[in-house]
Amino acid sequence: SRHGSQPRPEPGTGCKVNFILRNGETATVEANVGESLLDLARAHDLDVEGACEASLACSTCHLVLDDESYNKLEEPSDEEYDMLDLAFGLTDTSRLGCQVLMTKELSGLTAKLPSATRNMYVDGAKPKHH
Amino acid sequence: MNRLILLRQLHRQTQRHFICPNGPVVALHRFKSVRAFSTSLVRPAAAPQTATSSGVDTEGTTLKEPPVDPAVAAVIRERAEKPFRMAVVGSGPGGFYTAHRILKHLPHSTVDMFEALPVPHGLVRFGVAPDHPEVKNVMTTFDEVAASPNFTFIGNTRVGTYTTPDSPKADLEISDLYPHYDAILLAYGAHEDRLLGVSREQDLKGVMAARTFVGFYNGLPSEQDLDLALSQTETAIVIGQGNVALDVARILLTPLEELKKTDLTDKMVKVLEKSRVKHVHVIGRRGPLEVAFTSKELREMLQLPDTSFYMDKSLLDSEMELAGKSLERPRKRLMGLLEKGAKESKPDQPKSWTLKFLRSPLGFHGDDQGTLKSIDLGINRLEGEAGSRRAVATGDKESLDCGLAFRSIGYKSVGIHGIPFDNRKGVVSNEEGKVIDADKNIVPGMYVSGWLKHGPIGVIASTMAGAYETAHTIMNDWNGGAPMLNDQAKEIASVTPTLATPEEKDISQRSNPLLDLLRARGHKTVSYQDWKKIEQKEFDLGATVGKPREKLLTVEEMLKVLD
Repeated sequence: SRHGSQPRPEPGTGCKVNFILRNGETATVEANVGESLLDLARAHDLDVEGACEASLACSTCHLVLDDESYNKLEEPSDEEYDMLDLAFGLTDTSRLGCQVLMTKELSGLTAKLPSATRNMYVDGAKPKHH
Repeated sequence: MNRLILLRQLHRQTQRHFICPNGPVVALHRFKSVRAFSTSLVRPAAAPQTATSSGVDTEGTTLKEPPVDPAVAAVIRERAEKPFRMAVVGSGPGGFYTAHRILKHLPHSTVDMFEALPVPHGLVRFGVAPDHPEVKNVMTTFDEVAASPNFTFIGNTRVGTYTTPDSPKADLEISDLYPHYDAILLAYGAHEDRLLGVSREQDLKGVMAARTFVGFYNGLPSEQDLDLALSQTETAIVIGQGNVALDVARILLTPLEELKKTDLTDKMVKVLEKSRVKHVHVIGRRGPLEVAFTSKELREMLQLPDTSFYMDKSLLDSEMELAGKSLERPRKRLMGLLEKGAKESKPDQPKSWTLKFLRSPLGFHGDDQGTLKSIDLGINRLEGEAGSRRAVATGDKESLDCGLAFRSIGYKSVGIHGIPFDNRKGVVSNEEGKVIDADKNIVPGMYVSGWLKHGPIGVIASTMAGAYETAHTIMNDWNGGAPMLNDQAKEIASVTPTLATPEEKDISQRSNPLLDLLRARGHKTVSYQDWKKIEQKEFDLGATVGKPREKLLTVEEMLKVLD
């Protein structure tokens, strides 16, 4: 639904990705080889932002990967780490969705959408959860 | 589309389903998943119209299936039949990201966005450094929001006179907006700066706010009169150790050839051509672990050519030892970068920048011409546990010669007439974006996003998160029957904006009583299409000198493009 999204792979031929959404549900979709997790999420209208348009200037496409997939990937660059450092809910298996490109080897990867808000309260009050 | 069919569809839709912005479709009438509603219906706020009388205890705990107050149910039904109308004051990320969310998730909503300048985008245009163009990519999202037929940009139109004495009168006051909207979102940011409160801070030439300097080099019309001379001194100081402080230092020390390729204004290029500034001290009260700047910006400073980096390494070592294992990865990486930078820096380069820790400004001194020549600094030591270190004055002082001083200790918001404003904290008090007054009562229909909501801190992504939270609050309130503006009105006081049909291309054809009012006064408003013409002019001017754009520096020049 965003401009410039790629044609979807024939069902059964793409690389499987499981997105764990913020409501707890899982959306299982198929990626093209070389497609970033950000582009994939946007192609399926999932709630992942890409404020800086994949230029390593923000942390809004932050995703938490499963351990196995995280370890299969190359280490993030310094530039990616610099942006991850700003992300809310940072974990040891956090990556920027715009930097993770899907391959056949990564098929089955699980990516969790982290908590949406980094609530900034001036007086330090804890955010209400609802 | 036949309006009757549309209304019936809408009615049926909202009767049965409520689309929670962050979650699944929820059945409205059964309140099975009360989560999305519970906040607005059972929040222990003062407003009596919420269903506190019907199934909620004073702690705000919801019962399994709270019965809906019939008055609230009536409001919900009525709202299902009409579009949600929101006014936004301010066109920076705070306003745009909330508008983005509303237009995406609240069917048939309309947004009118007011901006005092002819050009939108707030600090994305006037704050983000010229050599950080990727950060400005967020404007793509803003353009998409503006392309919605239900979005109207109303530029060159100031809403709300500031409460500071002698403030120029705005074009519209908040009260002018009330009859025409269901909700007003305040997102006008922070346009003043905090003072140090030390001697000669405001009268010496050469002492200024970082905000003023940034506004000058980014083309903010109100700062173009700045009498800035970088030719009279080799040493500049920046007070504060956040990303804005590093922006100032970096712009002063980056080779001009590089800056000329950015959208740094022509006026600033001419000032830099005469600059003799070679050494910049970035000064903070506390220690390295308390710096507010982030890795990317530090990395850029460490990559400046022909520039030495100086810092008290022993202080870093002792503070790191104190912190021990308590450091989280981001802070650990930042400290590692500082350490590496200090170790690998080539000394005695033609230029330098220094991180000066444990120093508090005490007062400025000037020469006979009233120009800055030095600053007195109090020396501090640190007390307290790692992670909450406090600066304590030792009583010792030192003097530092300098001809330029930039105060980078934070921007400051100001109130406008007609809204509650917390002068102490410098924000509009709110609960998750819903405006509350000094007695903590909810002000119906009033919301806040951006720096005006949570203070002048954070990067665009954090502003976005806060803006989304406000949008969520607004949608919950509208769909849950919480009081908003104009609930009591039997008839809608103004013309209900006709929802745009697919055929409608020119949204200015839609009747908008405020636009009519402004036009009748002879006031010129600027549409988003008009802004695009101004932007194109800036692109064209920039192309002739190898820059992405050459910013127009006055309101007059901007409006002239539209003649």
